[in-house]
Amino acid sequence: MNSFEEQIVALRDYLLKFARLQLRNDAWAEDAVSDTMLAALSKPQSFGNRSQLKTWLVGILKHKLIDALRHHGREVSGLETSSDDGEDPLDYIAFKTDGHFSEAPADWGNPEEQLRSQQFFQVLEACTTQLPANQGRLFLMREWLELSSEEICKELALTPTNLYVQLHRARLRLRACLELNWFMKGSA
Amino acid sequence: MTLPLMRTCREVATILVAREDRVLSLADRLALRIHMAICDACPRFENQMLTMRNGLRQWRNYTGPDESIRTTASEEKKF
Repeated sequence: MNSFEEQIVALRDYLLKFARLQLRNDAWAEDAVSDTMLAALSKPQSFGNRSQLKTWLVGILKHKLIDALRHHGREVSGLETSSDDGEDPLDYIAFKTDGHFSEAPADWGNPEEQLRSQQFFQVLEACTTQLPANQGRLFLMREWLELSSEEICKELALTPTNLYVQLHRARLRLRACLELNWFMKGSA
Repeated sequence: MTLPLMRTCREVATILVAREDRVLSLADRLALRIHMAICDACPRFENQMLTMRNGLRQWRNYTGPDESIRTTASEEKKF
């Protein structure tokens, strides 16, 4: 009644959330999740708890996602369609003409603090979703797939300069979004 | 007068963001250390970057509540 197949199927939406976040394309995401579930079903094994099963499935999914990203290379890096090429990423922060911060950056508290809360992760995921598709993909390749910058450049045939500009923008956008929706909440 | 290793806060912010994705040059590392020692604002920005790093690390290692499979499977069927 609680077969290996059922456990896998029950986690489909969980996997799909990450696949969509990483690929920003529903059809690609569905394909990657289907491939993941098929691969998992072909080698049944037992897990002590759901967390271990999730970790195992996400591990398989990550490989499928890297395959998909490689396969859709040009579209993934999205350099042709990038809309904000002329924009300076530091525009998300106000600086005076002499290069000083217009306003000192807010105190976010201890950087080592345990943020491990469902709510924080929801805000983080929502902020990531709001990144432009190409930036979001590259950013999550770094931060979720844990690829090195060199690996990303190689997989997608990107120059380091192009990659760094996109990651830089993504990080500053994310910073602004987290500040607004998490670190300032309560002080508004 | 411009000293070779003096950076503005704006330049230092750029270095601090770049540090997340690439190895800094020796000049950047030195300039960063010098600036951080005399600036009040940039250490706060650095803390924000480190908080993001920490938050992202926790997020990618988080798998959700660690219930037993049996309980959760039956709960999820209810929708």
